[in-house]
Amino acid sequence: MKTNDKQNSPLKSLLEKKYKSGFLGRGEKVIPILLFLMAAVSVMTTAGIVITLIVETFTFFKEISLTEFLTAKEWYPFSESAASYGILPLFVGTLKITLIASLTAVPIGLAVAIYLSEYAPETVRKLMKPVLEVLAGVPTIVYGFFALTFVTPMLRTMFPSLEMFNAISPGIVVGMMIIPMIVSLSEDALSSVPDSMRHGALALGATKWEMTWRVAFPAALSGITASIVLAISRAIGETMIVSIAGGSTPTASLDLTASLQTMTSYIVQVSTGDAGFGTTIYYSIYAVGFTLFLFTLAMNMLAQRISRRFREEY
Amino acid sequence: MENAQKSIRTDEMIKKIPVRLLKNKLYKGLFFFAAVFTFVLLVVLLARIFSQGAAHLSWDFLQNFASRRPEQAGIKAAVIGTLWMMAVVVPVSLLLGVGTAIYLEEYAKQNRITRLIQMNISNLAGVPSVVFGLLGLTIFVRVLFLGNSVLAAGLTMSLLILPVIIVASQEAVRAVPKELREASYGLGATKWQTILRVVLPSALAGILTGSILAFSRAIGETAPLVVIGIPAFVAFLPKSVFDPFTALPMQIYNWTSRPQEEFHFLAAAGIIVLLVILILMNSVAVWIRNRYEKKY
Repeated sequence: MKTNDKQNSPLKSLLEKKYKSGFLGRGEKVIPILLFLMAAVSVMTTAGIVITLIVETFTFFKEISLTEFLTAKEWYPFSESAASYGILPLFVGTLKITLIASLTAVPIGLAVAIYLSEYAPETVRKLMKPVLEVLAGVPTIVYGFFALTFVTPMLRTMFPSLEMFNAISPGIVVGMMIIPMIVSLSEDALSSVPDSMRHGALALGATKWEMTWRVAFPAALSGITASIVLAISRAIGETMIVSIAGGSTPTASLDLTASLQTMTSYIVQVSTGDAGFGTTIYYSIYAVGFTLFLFTLAMNMLAQRISRRFREEY
Repeated sequence: MENAQKSIRTDEMIKKIPVRLLKNKLYKGLFFFAAVFTFVLLVVLLARIFSQGAAHLSWDFLQNFASRRPEQAGIKAAVIGTLWMMAVVVPVSLLLGVGTAIYLEEYAKQNRITRLIQMNISNLAGVPSVVFGLLGLTIFVRVLFLGNSVLAAGLTMSLLILPVIIVASQEAVRAVPKELREASYGLGATKWQTILRVVLPSALAGILTGSILAFSRAIGETAPLVVIGIPAFVAFLPKSVFDPFTALPMQIYNWTSRPQEEFHFLAAAGIIVLLVILILMNSVAVWIRNRYEKKY
C-alpha cells in the first residue's frame, strides 16, 4: 500500500478531526475513571454497612452497657419498667434453628451431591439440575408460608405437644432452603477430583462405595467443608422463614417445641412494630444486626480460608 | 514380598466380598433415595401452594387493591409496586454491575486495590439480606430522606444483588476470547471502542442470563423491604419513584402473618403470581442462554 493513499483518505481526516477535538482521546481517559468509580460503589457498600452498624450500635451502647448486652440472660426490650438487653436468648434461638437446619440439610445435601457426581445416569442428572435450581430460586417468603401452613400442622398431628410456633418446623424448612447450595458446591468439589484417582481405586478392587468414601470424598473434603460452612452462614442470616414460623419469644431454653426468637426475627419484629426512631429499641436492631454481621462474616471468611488452604491441586 | 503374600488371606477376602457388595448397593440406594426425596419436596411445595391458592386466583384478584375483607382483597398495588421497584433496580444494578466487571476484567492492574475490590465483592455476597435492610434504613430512608419510597427500596435491592451481577458479568467478559480484542485493536480501534463494540456484544448473553437470575432474587426478597418499613396495606399506586408503595413479597408476608385462614389462601394465590413471574423470567434467561450464548 502506498503511503500516499492513506494520507488522502477521507477516513483519516475524519479521525484526525475527532482526535483534535479531543473526543476520542478524552473519552479513553475518562472512561477508566468512571468505571473505577462504579467498582468503588461495592467497596463503599461494605464500608456503608460497617459504618452504619458501628455508629448506631455505639449509640445503643451509650444507653445499654456492653456487659449487659453480653452477659444478661434475658431479652425483654419491650418491658417499660425492667427492660433487659442480653443477646443470649436471641443467640440461642439462632443456634437452635441453625442446628436443626444443618442436621436436615448436610446429610441430604451430601447424599444428593455424591449421587449426582458418582452414581447418577445422565438422564437423572438432567432432571435433578432444574429441580435444584428451582428449589434454590424459591423466595424465602414462600418457604416461610410452607413452614407455617404445611410443615407445622403436619408435625403437630404427629406430635400434639408441639406449639404453633416452634424451632423444629422453621429449622427443617431452612434446611430445605440450603440443600441446593450444599449440593451444587459439594458436587463441584467432587467432580474436580480427577477420574484417574477413581480408576486407581476401582482397579485395586474397591467397590464404588469404597472408592467414593475412601478416595473421592477425602479428596474433595475441603470444598465440601467450605460448602457446609457457607450453607450454615446462610442459615444464620435467614430471616423470613424464622419470622413467620418461629414465633417471637426470646428464650434461652433449649426446648425445640416452643416459640422462640432469632437475631434476624427480632429485627423484623421491631421493624414491623411501632418502635419510634431514636428509641433504645430502635438502636437495638443495629446492635443485633452487627452481631449477626460479625457471625456471618466470620463464617464466610472461614469458608474461603478452608477452600484456599486445603485445596489439593491435581 | 514373601511375607506380604502370606499375610493376604484369600479365603477371608472372598468371604468379605458379598458384604462389601451389599454395602455398596445399600449406599447407592440411600443416595438415590435422597435425590428422590429432594424431588418430592419440590413437588409437595408447589402442589400445596397451587392447591391452596388456585381457587382464589381470578381477574378480580389481580385488579383489586388490598382489603380488610378477604373476598375483596387483590394484589394490584403489589404487582405494580414490584414493577416500579424493578424499574429502579434493573438500570442501577446493571450499570454498576457491568461497569465494575469491565473495570476489573479490562482495566484493573493486578495490585492491592484490585484484590481488595475482588475480595470485598465475594464477602458482600455473603452478607444476610436483613443487614442490607439496615443499611437502606439508615442511608436511604433516614440520611437521604427518601422515606419508604420506590427509590429507597430499589437502591437497597440494587446493592443487594450487585455482587451477583458483577460475578456473572465478569465471567461473561472473561469468556470473550483474546483474539477478538486483538483483531479489533489491529483494525485501529481504541480500547473503549473495542470494549463497547466487540467485548460487550459478545458477552451480552452471559451478562443477561446472570442478571435476570439476580433480578428474580430482588423480586422475591422480603427482609430488606420489611426493615426499610415498606407498608403492606396500600390502596393506591405510586406516581413517581419518590412515592410510597408495596411489593409482592410484602403483601404475601402481610397475609401470611394474619391468623385467619382465608388470608392464608390469599397469600397462596399471591405466591402463585410471584412464582409465575419468576418462572417466566427464568425461562427468558434459559432461552437467551440457549439462543445467543456463543461458545468459543
